[in-house]
Amino acid sequence: MSGIIRIHDLAREYRMGEERILALRGVSLEIHRNEYVAIMGPSGSGKSTMMNILGCLDTPSGGEYWLNGQEVSQLSDDALARVRNREIGFVFQTFNLLPRATALHNVELPLVYAGLRARERRARAEAALDQVGLGQRMHHRPNELSGGQRQRVAIARALVNRPSILLADEPTGNLDSVTSEEIMQVFGELHADGQTIIMVTHESDIAAHAARVVVLRDGQVESDRLQREAAA
Amino acid sequence: MPLFEAVGLAFRTIRSQKLKSFFSLIGVLIGVTFLIAVVSIVQGMNRYMVDRFANTLVGANTFELRQRPSIVTGNVPDEVWLAWRRRPRISYDDADYVRERIRTPATFAKFCQDRVAVSYEGKVAKDIDLVGTEESYFDIRNYQLTAGRAFTAQEVQASLPVLVVGSELAEKLLPGVDPLGKVVHIGGLPYRIIGVVTKQGTLFGLSLDKFAIMPFSAQGRRLICPINILDALIVRTQDPTHMNLAMGETEAVMRSLRRLKPWQENNFYLQTAEGALGTWEKISKILFLALPGLVAISLVVGGIVIMNIMLMAVSERTREVGIRKALGARRSDILAQFVVESATLSSIGALLGIGFGILLAFAVKALTPLPAAVAPWSVGIGVLLGVTVGVAAGVYPASRASRLDPIVALRAE
Repeated sequence: MSGIIRIHDLAREYRMGEERILALRGVSLEIHRNEYVAIMGPSGSGKSTMMNILGCLDTPSGGEYWLNGQEVSQLSDDALARVRNREIGFVFQTFNLLPRATALHNVELPLVYAGLRARERRARAEAALDQVGLGQRMHHRPNELSGGQRQRVAIARALVNRPSILLADEPTGNLDSVTSEEIMQVFGELHADGQTIIMVTHESDIAAHAARVVVLRDGQVESDRLQREAAA
Repeated sequence: MPLFEAVGLAFRTIRSQKLKSFFSLIGVLIGVTFLIAVVSIVQGMNRYMVDRFANTLVGANTFELRQRPSIVTGNVPDEVWLAWRRRPRISYDDADYVRERIRTPATFAKFCQDRVAVSYEGKVAKDIDLVGTEESYFDIRNYQLTAGRAFTAQEVQASLPVLVVGSELAEKLLPGVDPLGKVVHIGGLPYRIIGVVTKQGTLFGLSLDKFAIMPFSAQGRRLICPINILDALIVRTQDPTHMNLAMGETEAVMRSLRRLKPWQENNFYLQTAEGALGTWEKISKILFLALPGLVAISLVVGGIVIMNIMLMAVSERTREVGIRKALGARRSDILAQFVVESATLSSIGALLGIGFGILLAFAVKALTPLPAAVAPWSVGIGVLLGVTVGVAAGVYPASRASRLDPIVALRAE
């Protein structure tokens, strides 16, 4: 079975004036469908760059990136937007919900850009909110919700387009430990349902929830190990 | 994103910050208010000038043979004025000469006029327009009589001191008295009132009913014109074609009578309703020429204000742009969102401006004798300008937003 993500010799170089910074220097990685992967590493290790490239927010300066059978490393802006819309669900540390929009409207957003009709958008957004246990709070705005509830809205938004991968960037970074545990439970359930999850974190107890941990250091893969067998 | 959804989103955004939105659209609002109000007032003024001013003072299908124009609405230089005054005046003989030679069917009336005081049993009415004329004058002016009768050709021939008065003069000088048969004095001479003309209303707030009409040949004629001299010969024809014919004939007859060489200018004047409107038309033309400039200035200012507000909005909402891009918004989606928002903002300004402009026009109508007429085309232009200014002002901020790097935008505060 070929991986849903296949990365070969990926490099990313930044120019800061005269200086060149190599954030990624030849990373190769393959992630299969329904894997639950944590990407770890100290700051400056290149994990943010990795996250951005995996999320098609950034393009590599070298190497290949195949996502769900498509080479995406050289796509145009608009094509990348389409890939983000169809293939990737983001969950951010700071939730990144639109503050003036209701939970329902936030969850509908990806469907708006997918070009769905209002009626179907609403039905699917409601279903997604139900799935994360927020069926009763659909018409609340983010500032009327707790941190955990906000992150659940963000998860519903990430899932509503049925993406190939769920990409989470420090998903518990702004949450207390009890709420963090709840969110990790949601991730676990999603994984059990067959969702591919990639999570960037620097907290090892959060990374412990994943089946596979990839550690980056200085722009290269330092270690890549399975912690336990992935749930069948 | 379909347009109607983009407009819906724009409305939600605008509503969520009402005060800021209002201030940002005030420029467009003022511009469009100005456009609607000025066009309405000028249009109303136009109609007023044509309907009331020109047709009341001169009359339709009517012209006056005069020494010089009597209705001058613009500035006349001194030398022109002096040249007019040096011209020979219109004499009884001139009038009769013209009347005998014109072939076009027409009605003629000799005409003299001046302001006089009229007294009755010790009471005095000042500033009364005393008109000396012939019996045909009543037809030419379409005067209807509420009481009594007009004077006849025989009375004109016999130079009888009879008077037909305007309704206001009758009410002021002889309140509660039947004016018919009463004798009033003008310049010490007695006149008998034989008729009262129906109410004519006002012009620019001035009464049109403070007048008295007598035979031009009557005894007191020296009060208003020197002997044998007329202010005008009034000629009324049945339609504009006949009027042009009659004017041509009059000009030719007068030139031959006055023995003018081909290179000499007319030393008389043919006054028409349109001629009297000449200056007004110049004024309204200038207003209509100046209007686009004035409106353009406020719309440019309004557009710049909106552009600045949108630039501010883009930098305030950088993170929103980042989120939208991460979720799959293309550049064109972001561009459309901000352009539509700007256009919606500006259109709201334009619609409010149209409302205020119409209100202003009606206020002018209510508070002054001028009627205001709201021109539908100006409303259409107002809406069009609103949308255009909004789109133009929105393009630059929107393109900045659409070019934001999603990674940078997501990190923005």
